[in-house]
Amino acid sequence: MQTRRNFIKALALSASIAAIGAPLGAHAADTIKVGILHSLSGTMAISETALKNVALMTIEEINASGGVMGKKLEPVVVDPASNWPLFAEKARQLISQDKVAAVFGCWTSVSRKSVNPVFKELNGLLFYPVQYEGEELEKNVFYTGAAPNQQAIPAVEYLMSAEGGGAKRFVLLGTDYVYPRTTNKILRAFLKSKGVADADIMEDYTPFGHSDYQTIIANIKKFASEGKKTAVVSTINGDSNVPFYKELGNAGLKATDVPVVAFSVGEEELRGVDTKPLVGHLAAWNYFMTVKNPQNDAFIKKYKDWAKKNGVPNADTVVTNDPMEATYVGIHMWKQAVEKAKSTDTDKVIAALGGQTFKAPSGFTLTMDKTNHHLHKPVYIGEVRADGQFDVVWKTKEPIRAQPWSPFIAGNEGKQGL
Amino acid sequence: MEPAMNRLLLRLVLFCAALACLAGPARAALDPALLAGFHGDFSSRVSAIEALGVAGGDDARRVLAALEEGNLGVAGERVLIVDGDAVRDAATGEAADVAAADVDLITVNNRVRRALSAAHAALSLLDGERGERLAAAQNLSENASETLLPLFERALAAEKDDAVRGVLTRAMAKVNLGAANPAKRLQAAEALGESSDPAVKNMLAALLQKNGDAWAEPDVAVRSAAEASIAAIDRRVATAQHVGTVFSGLSLGSILLLAALGLAITYGVMGIINMAHGELLMVGAYATFMVQTLFRGYLPGWLDWYVVAAIPVAFFAAALVGVAMERLVLRHLYGRPLESLLATWGLSLVLIQAMRVIVGPQNVELANPSWMSGGIELAAGVVLPWNRIVIIGFAVFVLALIWLTMQKTRLGMFVRAVTQNRPMAGCVGVPTARVDTLAFAIGAGIAGLGGLALSQIANVGPAMGQGYIVDSFMVVVLGGVGQLAGAVWAALGLGIVSKFLEGWAGAVIAKILVLVFIIVFIQKRPQGIFALKGRFADS
Repeated sequence: MQTRRNFIKALALSASIAAIGAPLGAHAADTIKVGILHSLSGTMAISETALKNVALMTIEEINASGGVMGKKLEPVVVDPASNWPLFAEKARQLISQDKVAAVFGCWTSVSRKSVNPVFKELNGLLFYPVQYEGEELEKNVFYTGAAPNQQAIPAVEYLMSAEGGGAKRFVLLGTDYVYPRTTNKILRAFLKSKGVADADIMEDYTPFGHSDYQTIIANIKKFASEGKKTAVVSTINGDSNVPFYKELGNAGLKATDVPVVAFSVGEEELRGVDTKPLVGHLAAWNYFMTVKNPQNDAFIKKYKDWAKKNGVPNADTVVTNDPMEATYVGIHMWKQAVEKAKSTDTDKVIAALGGQTFKAPSGFTLTMDKTNHHLHKPVYIGEVRADGQFDVVWKTKEPIRAQPWSPFIAGNEGKQGL
Repeated sequence: MEPAMNRLLLRLVLFCAALACLAGPARAALDPALLAGFHGDFSSRVSAIEALGVAGGDDARRVLAALEEGNLGVAGERVLIVDGDAVRDAATGEAADVAAADVDLITVNNRVRRALSAAHAALSLLDGERGERLAAAQNLSENASETLLPLFERALAAEKDDAVRGVLTRAMAKVNLGAANPAKRLQAAEALGESSDPAVKNMLAALLQKNGDAWAEPDVAVRSAAEASIAAIDRRVATAQHVGTVFSGLSLGSILLLAALGLAITYGVMGIINMAHGELLMVGAYATFMVQTLFRGYLPGWLDWYVVAAIPVAFFAAALVGVAMERLVLRHLYGRPLESLLATWGLSLVLIQAMRVIVGPQNVELANPSWMSGGIELAAGVVLPWNRIVIIGFAVFVLALIWLTMQKTRLGMFVRAVTQNRPMAGCVGVPTARVDTLAFAIGAGIAGLGGLALSQIANVGPAMGQGYIVDSFMVVVLGGVGQLAGAVWAALGLGIVSKFLEGWAGAVIAKILVLVFIIVFIQKRPQGIFALKGRFADS
């Protein structure tokens, strides 16, 4: 409880600092403001709070090593509370009122879609750190998470391979909004191209915050027992994952029978779940905490130390995950671009970002694509361990270039750049 | 099934036979060559498991068990078992002078896990406990093949337990369905009628396929036996699925009931529109969380029973908040429903924000105790999870508690008297103000118990109550205001109807349809399912 209270105090303190940001900015010329736009309450807080933490840590790290162009970074944290229209409101406040140079934020695609027009109108700069469905390319947004061909498609290919169990039937299960719907549309087209019939694909959606997964699990069981090897592709987002995995464990659906591969479940989401019944279920990401390399060891240590110092609740058990890594990479790339452009002007920074490279905790040197605003990323597939971490069971040899416009959706052939 | 797995199983069968002949000779340490495969990729690990299965013996079992638990690792050329800080050589079982931190633990993926469980099943089919033998038989039956027949026959000869015998017989029948002898096929097709596994139905249906003019199964008798068996399986599967759906409905209904019972007292009986009812659920859930935290800190050995200890805590925590609400706010607003609606809505915001400040905005983690995890399997594919069974029982318990309080105690009698005719109750000496407070406290306490039940299946966060307030009002209004029995029927009815709709139209549409249904129902019958009759009806 003590740490919680400290955390609250820290929050209150940071909020009040943010509030009196203007008087502190007496040295306004000496600081550059950056916005952090993540839900700290509501259904998405389970995932997004850690991104806010890692962004603050990265900013502290950059400040400790001399800042950007000799100026210190000053974070402005706002809480859009898992409320999509509020995202747009807060984004507008960050750009026009706080005059931030860049914003790091959003998790769900629906929140990104709601802020996109704001960034376009005010010519702001958004770094979006989460894997998403593609079908979008905004001049003012840089996507440091995966496009479908960097996560969803390799994961399904793995499930179909002998190593992954040779699945022939697929359940596409998701939360009812744009990311799961579009991803499943792409996956359906992809599966068809691989010769999977429509009768062998079951698609199902639940509302945000859904907590009763009895019927869906029963349906999955029924579908799986009707014949060939079945796998579940889950695009469930937010805290619904906890009741989903609880029900999965209680209903005795084992990974050796029907593996579930999730695209929005990482180390952070599994902290709220007893993972022993889930051993062997899969997740596809571009980074796992268990990846072994010096950059990752340093990244994990830095975050753990930061969490302890700042009184994050349960600081001794904090974990790192893919969107956290993407946030870390995004902030560093922005810093490099600002230094190259010698300005925080949006258009100059956008021009300087293409071709930036960064040695990332995923163990690869990631490159920002020259034209399509996406990172070249490696793909990892991990299996859940009893301790809630992932064992990497498959990975790509090289980072893959993103295809934001999926070739599996008709009419996308011509649109690969801005 | 992969050929590699067939080979493995064949060798295991041979091994089991060998083991039975030589009643366990004293074994030397494992041949290190057997373990060499663990240095390679997943395929070579699978082969190493096969090799160990063939070698057999306690040493091999120990290595397989260590692999399954993730304690097998490699360091340089050696294969080692890590046991806490101690490191032992996998081949000899002797202590090795390697630090535990230097051992690179071997990753197990689903393919390796499948091979491991097949190896385990084959090893324990003949000499395990009843439960182990049953699980082993089910495991092997899923991938039954020709090579396993001798093992099944041996196991069947020695097996006394009917359930295990049944599984084995059907597993053999699955293999014999492809036998050359039509009599054997007929027997197999008949035996499979006892199955309740839809996968078996598919195997039988394949016999009835026509390839041009030729049937997949040439024998007419076998075909008609298969048809009869398919019908039997269909019946069994359909029954099991209906039972499963009704159970899910009951479970959802019991949750709705627990969420709404408190409201049925405060709104239904006392007539207060309490918009902060959801937050009383939240208080109960957080009280449960506090108890769990205390148990983790001070009584880790009793952690499994924290839920039981939380029952009075959740009740009194929510009741206390209820008393404070009633004394400070609601008391001054009796008879002014609109104002009390607004005031309680404000209170709900205050409570949510207070919890955000005190505990934090993130959801908190509540673990199911081990006795509430898992479930009982009714038939293939229908599992009744323990946590839901316990919650249904808990709902019955709470209902009985309320009924006893209202019908059998002096306080209950006072509450009924005050709600029926306040001035008259006051005239005969009932302390109406105190009764109001107590009744509200009971309603709030019951909501706390509802929160405790919700904490075992749903997410616990400051705003969790918001998701239940609409459902709770729905139950109370549908059931008929002022009627506890109405609330029970409405909750169970809504639960079962939603589950049948969900199975048919999906979760999103089901939610919409239920709301539409309630709107139409209330239009036609504003007084709810059960209406008050007699001279109190208009009061």
